[in-house]
Amino acid sequence: MSQVIVITSGKGGVGKTTTTANLGVGLAMRNFRVAVIDTDTGLRNLDLLLGLENRIMYDLIDVTSGRVPYNKALVKHKKYETLFLLPTSQVRNKDDVSGEQLITLCNEMRKKFDYILLDCPAGIENGFKTAIAAAELAIIVTNPEISSVRDADKVIGELNRADKNNIKLIVTRIRQQMIEKGDMLDMNDINEILAIECIGQVPEDEMVIMATNRGEPVITMNDSLAGKAYKNIVGRICGEAIPFLKVPKEGFFARLKKLFGLF
Amino acid sequence: MLEALMKIFGKNEKPSGQVAKERLRVVLIHDRASVSPELMELIKNEIINVLSKYMDVQKKGIEISLANDEDSVALVANIPVNNMRHVASRRL
Repeated sequence: MSQVIVITSGKGGVGKTTTTANLGVGLAMRNFRVAVIDTDTGLRNLDLLLGLENRIMYDLIDVTSGRVPYNKALVKHKKYETLFLLPTSQVRNKDDVSGEQLITLCNEMRKKFDYILLDCPAGIENGFKTAIAAAELAIIVTNPEISSVRDADKVIGELNRADKNNIKLIVTRIRQQMIEKGDMLDMNDINEILAIECIGQVPEDEMVIMATNRGEPVITMNDSLAGKAYKNIVGRICGEAIPFLKVPKEGFFARLKKLFGLF
Repeated sequence: MLEALMKIFGKNEKPSGQVAKERLRVVLIHDRASVSPELMELIKNEIINVLSKYMDVQKKGIEISLANDEDSVALVANIPVNNMRHVASRRL
């Protein structure tokens, strides 16, 4: 039984591609056969986050236009051999692939894959509509911040209008200290406002940037809190009941050190 | 000086997270009602048409808007009336 999941957000820069890369690697770590498809045509990045940018021969548009079969365009991950990337074109634009083409492609790929993850472009225009067309589950990524929550709400409305009612939420870049001071929307606030099931709370973590620098998603780093949060999300996608991480408070000495600029 | 002192004791303002939540709640009511200016204009013209049967309204002075009140939305209309038509009283 395969599942097609779209990762979307409305607002740009909240962590869609990071989330797609991490969930893809995480599911592959559990030996599922996973395909991640970059649908952000013209602004491709998923290849960079997975460290596969030098291995691309063909892209999504080559496949949907019938130039090559999809398996020829798939890029196998160096380390996780059940993970494949279908990159998109950096030179074409979003109108060069349609929702119908993507549905046909995903239906064909379902035979070979357990999970197909679609990395959606920002916005709610054609690129978004194309990306959501093929998915039976939509994961909305948002930050605990007023504009991305508003955009997430808009996306929920658009998904409902397209009859996509299986929607889950992942909140990324959570800063526990700010929440404790009352200066950041907390999970209760966001749940109350958006009223969709939350399957992930990812803390802000410098290691996410370090991981992106290296092209190795943070989920592979055992000492990263964000990585741990992504691992838990993967478990929840697989149907496991996993409690949310307790982000440790910054201790008194750490704060004191920071105060005196010791690191 | 006093302001700085108030800040130290944290009594002058709500935590910004709370402010964000309240602003979001209000803006989402508007967003979810998804009323475009065009639709507002359409509603306004239809209201004018209906009212014009009974009274002479000042079309230029009409203000129609959606107002938020805690967690509900109200359509608020301010319609200046120049004169009542005789039909109104005759029909009754």
